[in-house]
Amino acid sequence: MRKTFLAAIFAAAALVGTQARGETFVIKNATIMSEGPKGTFKGSVLVRDGKIAEVGDKVMEPAGATIIDANNQFVIPGIIDCHSHIAGDGGINEGSVSVSSMVDIKDIINPEDIAIYRALAGGVTAANILHGSANSIGGKTIVLKMRWGKDAQGMIFEGAKPGIKFALGENPKRAGNAQGGGRGAAPTNLRYPATRMGVEDTIREAFTEAVAYKAEWDKYEAAQKTGQRVLPPRKDLKLEALKEVLEGKRYVHAHCYRSDEILMLIRIADDYGFKIRTFQHVLEGYKVAKEIAAHGAGGSTFSDWWAYKVEAFDAIPYNAFIMQKYGVVVSLNSDDAELMRRLNTEAGKMVKYGGMTREEALATVTKNPAIQLGVQDRVGTIEAGKDADIVIYDKDPLSEYAKVLKVLIDGNKYFDRDTDVSGRAAQDAEKKKLEEKEKTEADSQKKQGAGGRRPQ
Amino acid sequence: MKKGTGARGQGSGMRKQESEVRSQKSESRTAGWIALGLLIATSAFAADAGNTFFLKNADVYPVTGPMIKGASILVQDGKIVDVGAKLVAPKGVNVIDAHGSRVYPGLIDSGTELGLSEISAERVSVDTSELGEFMPQLRALIAINPESEHLGVVRVNGITSAISYPAPVRGGGGGGGRGGGATQYISGQAAMIHLSGWTWEDMEVARSAAMQLNFPAIRGRGGRGGGNADFNPDEFGGGAAGGGATTFAEQKRQYDQQIAKINEFFDAARQYQKERMSNVPGFKKDLKMEAMMPVLEGKMPLAVSASRARSIHDAVLFADKQHVKIVILEPHDMDKVGAELKAKNIPVILGRTEALPDAEDAAYDEGETGPAEAYKAGVKFAFGTFDNEFSRNIGLQASRASAFGLPPEEALKAVTINAAQIWGTADKMGSIEKGKWADLIICDGDPLDTMTHIERVFIKGNDTEMMNKQIRLYRKYLERP
Repeated sequence: MRKTFLAAIFAAAALVGTQARGETFVIKNATIMSEGPKGTFKGSVLVRDGKIAEVGDKVMEPAGATIIDANNQFVIPGIIDCHSHIAGDGGINEGSVSVSSMVDIKDIINPEDIAIYRALAGGVTAANILHGSANSIGGKTIVLKMRWGKDAQGMIFEGAKPGIKFALGENPKRAGNAQGGGRGAAPTNLRYPATRMGVEDTIREAFTEAVAYKAEWDKYEAAQKTGQRVLPPRKDLKLEALKEVLEGKRYVHAHCYRSDEILMLIRIADDYGFKIRTFQHVLEGYKVAKEIAAHGAGGSTFSDWWAYKVEAFDAIPYNAFIMQKYGVVVSLNSDDAELMRRLNTEAGKMVKYGGMTREEALATVTKNPAIQLGVQDRVGTIEAGKDADIVIYDKDPLSEYAKVLKVLIDGNKYFDRDTDVSGRAAQDAEKKKLEEKEKTEADSQKKQGAGGRRPQ
Repeated sequence: MKKGTGARGQGSGMRKQESEVRSQKSESRTAGWIALGLLIATSAFAADAGNTFFLKNADVYPVTGPMIKGASILVQDGKIVDVGAKLVAPKGVNVIDAHGSRVYPGLIDSGTELGLSEISAERVSVDTSELGEFMPQLRALIAINPESEHLGVVRVNGITSAISYPAPVRGGGGGGGRGGGATQYISGQAAMIHLSGWTWEDMEVARSAAMQLNFPAIRGRGGRGGGNADFNPDEFGGGAAGGGATTFAEQKRQYDQQIAKINEFFDAARQYQKERMSNVPGFKKDLKMEAMMPVLEGKMPLAVSASRARSIHDAVLFADKQHVKIVILEPHDMDKVGAELKAKNIPVILGRTEALPDAEDAAYDEGETGPAEAYKAGVKFAFGTFDNEFSRNIGLQASRASAFGLPPEEALKAVTINAAQIWGTADKMGSIEKGKWADLIICDGDPLDTMTHIERVFIKGNDTEMMNKQIRLYRKYLERP
C-alpha cells in the first residue's frame, strides 16, 4: 500500500525536475551567504540554463524569469554531505571479506529512497554515498545530487571523481572478535583482522598486491606502445580499484577515530605513494591535525557526537576548529539520514565551539565538502558559472530557528516548502482513495476466489 | 584513572605520562573565552566558599514573568532572595557583574541516563537495565557516578539538572534488553539530579521523582521511514509480520496479556498495602511492594513510556483504573491523543524533535511539528533527549520545535518551569523567583540557539567550573607544538 502511494508522489515529483537545462530564476533582495569572494551581502542571483549566471547587488532580470522575492530570507549554496548511506538498496557492508574493493555503491542506488526527499527538505543538494565500515578496504563510493524524481543514473553527480571507502579501528576489527567474548573466545567464523595491527597489515597486503598488479599492466601498456604484441595481464576487479587509487584516479575516504590509526594510514599512503583524500569521522583528528595537514588530506567529522563507543570517548566538539587551525580542509557530515537534514545548524555549532567565523562555519557544509569531493569548480559556493544548487532559508541558516523554504539543483526547483505543506491535504485524500480502491479490489478478489473454488 | 582511558589504553606508561604533562600545562594556558571564564571564576570566586552573591547588570529572564532589563539577583546560601531592577548590593556581599549578559534559570533535561551510562556500547560502563520484570525497588540515584565525564559536558551548555532513568526509554513495548533481553515492565525509580556535586547525595534533587513503567506496544513493520510505526492491521492481511513474525490478532493477544500482567502486579501491591495498614499477623515486609506504596498513594508519578496512540490511550485507561498519576514519555501521535491527555491533565515528556517521521509517506517535518501539536492541544509538556550523548543539545531540541510552530517562550518553559512542575520540584527550581535555588546561567544570547555561548553556570548558587574532559583536550591540543 505504502509503495503504491509512494509511487504516486514519486510520479508527481518527477514532473518538477524535467526541464533539461533548468528554469530561469531571479532570487531578489536576499541575504546571500555566497561562500565566494563576495562574502555575505544583500543582493540577487540570476539562475539560467542550470547555472548561476550572475550574482550581485542587482542582476539582470530576463523576460519570463520567475522572480523569487527573498526579502528577509537567506540564500546559501546547496549543502553537501560528505558522508551518507542513504539511497542505497539494502545492505551496504560486503562483510564476507576484509578487502572488498570490487563492489560498487553505484550498482545499488535506490532513487526512490524517501531519505533523498527529506535530505532535500534539509537543504542538501549533493552527498557522498559510501559503503559501511565493516571492512578495512570497503567498496567504491559515488557522489549523488539529490535529484528526487530522477532514476539512478540521473542522480549521479556527473564528473565527480569516484572514491573508495576504507575503515580503521573498532568496526573492521569486529568480525575478528567473537561476539560478546573477549580474548580467547572460541575461534569460529572469525575474520581477520581482529586488531588495529591486523587492519594495518590487511591494507599493506592489499597495496603490495596492487603495486605488483599495476606494474604488470604498466609493463603491458609500455610494450603495446612500442608495437609489441603481448598478452594483457589477467584483470582483477579488486585490484583494479586500488590501482586507480595508486594512479590518483580514485579518492580514498577513510573511516577512522583514533589518532594512532589516522597516523598509521598516512604512513601507509606515504610508503605506497598514494593520497588519502579525506579522513571520515576522524574524531581524534585534532590530535594529529599537523600530520593530516602535511599529508594534504581533508577531515570530515561530526560536530559534537561522542561517547557512543570507546573510540569516540575522546571526541571533542572543537575537533573541526583545531583541524582547520592547522590547515586541514574540514567538513561536517551526517552519516545519518536524520542528521543529514540539519547540517546547517551543525555548522552553526562551530561558531560556538572554538569560534569559527560564520563564513568558515558555513563552509564546513558547502565549500569544504565540495573541495573534498573534488567538485569545487561546480558547486559549494554561489558564484557565476557554478551549478545553480541553491537553498533559501526563512531565517539565519546557522540558527536553530531557521527552516528551508526552497531548494534548487541545476536551476530546477526540487523542494518548495509551500508546495509541500499545501499539497498534504490532497496527498492524504489520494492515499485514502488508493487505500479504498485496494480494499475493494481485495474484497472482490476474495469473493471471486471463494466462488471459483472447485471441489477436488 | 578515568574509566574511558582505562578501558581503552590498557594503562600504558605512555598515556600516563601524557596525562601528567597535560595537567601541568593546563594551569598556565589560556584558550579563548572558556579559559577567560575559568580565569575569572578561579580568581574572583573560588575564594568565596559560600554561595552568597549579588549578580548585577543582567537582563534577567525569570521564565515565569517578563524579562527584567538591567536587573540584579541577590543570592543567599544558594537561594534567590531578591530579583529586580532597583536592588542595591548589601554591604560585604560578593558582587558579580554580568556586563549586560542575559540570565536564565538552568535548563532541565527530562530524559537521560546521566551518571548511569558512560559509553553506551560498553555494557560494563552502563548501569541501566537491571534484570527482572518488576523492579520498583531499584533506585537510579544511588548508582549516579558524580565523576561521569558526561556531567561536565552537559553542564557547560547551561543544563543544571536532569531526570536520570534506571532504564533507557525506547518508545514503549518493554525496556530491558541490555541486561537479559526479556521484557521489563517496571525498571525502578528515576531520580532528578543536579549536574554537579561531590556525591550522589549532593546531587539529589528528588531521589524518587518517578517510577519508570514500560508500557506494552503493538509493533508494525516500521520500515525505512523510521520504524516504530503503529501496527496497521491492513498491512498484515493475516500474513506474517516483520520482527515478531506474527499476526495482528496474535500481537494484540500478547499486548492485552502484558497489560493484564501489569494490572496484576498493581493489584498485588494494593493488597499488600491493605495488609500493611491492618497489621495482618505474620505480615512480611517486601521491598518491591514497599517501593510501590508512594505510587499507590499518588505521591510518586509513573513515568510511562508509550509512543503510539493505542498505547497512550491504554496507559491512560490503566492509570484511571489503578488511580495512579502518570507522565507519558516520548509520545508521538499528539494530534490523536492530545485532547484526551489534556482532558485528563496528563503531562508528557516529548522526545527528540530532530526525529525522522514514523512512516515513509508522513510529512517530512512530523518530528519538528510534534511539540507545536502538543501545545495546540493544551497538553503540559517538557523535553527529554533520552540519550546522554545528545543531552547537551536539549535547548536545540526546543528551539527547533519553535522553527516549526512552537512559540519560543513555550519552548523555554518546556526546558525549565514545565519540567520542574511535572516532576514536583517547582517550589525549588525552574524559574528565577524568590525562594528558589539559584540554578542560574549567564549567556550572551538565546540559550536555546546554536551559536550562543554559555558563560557561567550556577547550581544552588555554586559557581560551577566551566570545564570538562572535552575542554581539557581542546586546550591541550590547541597548543600542540
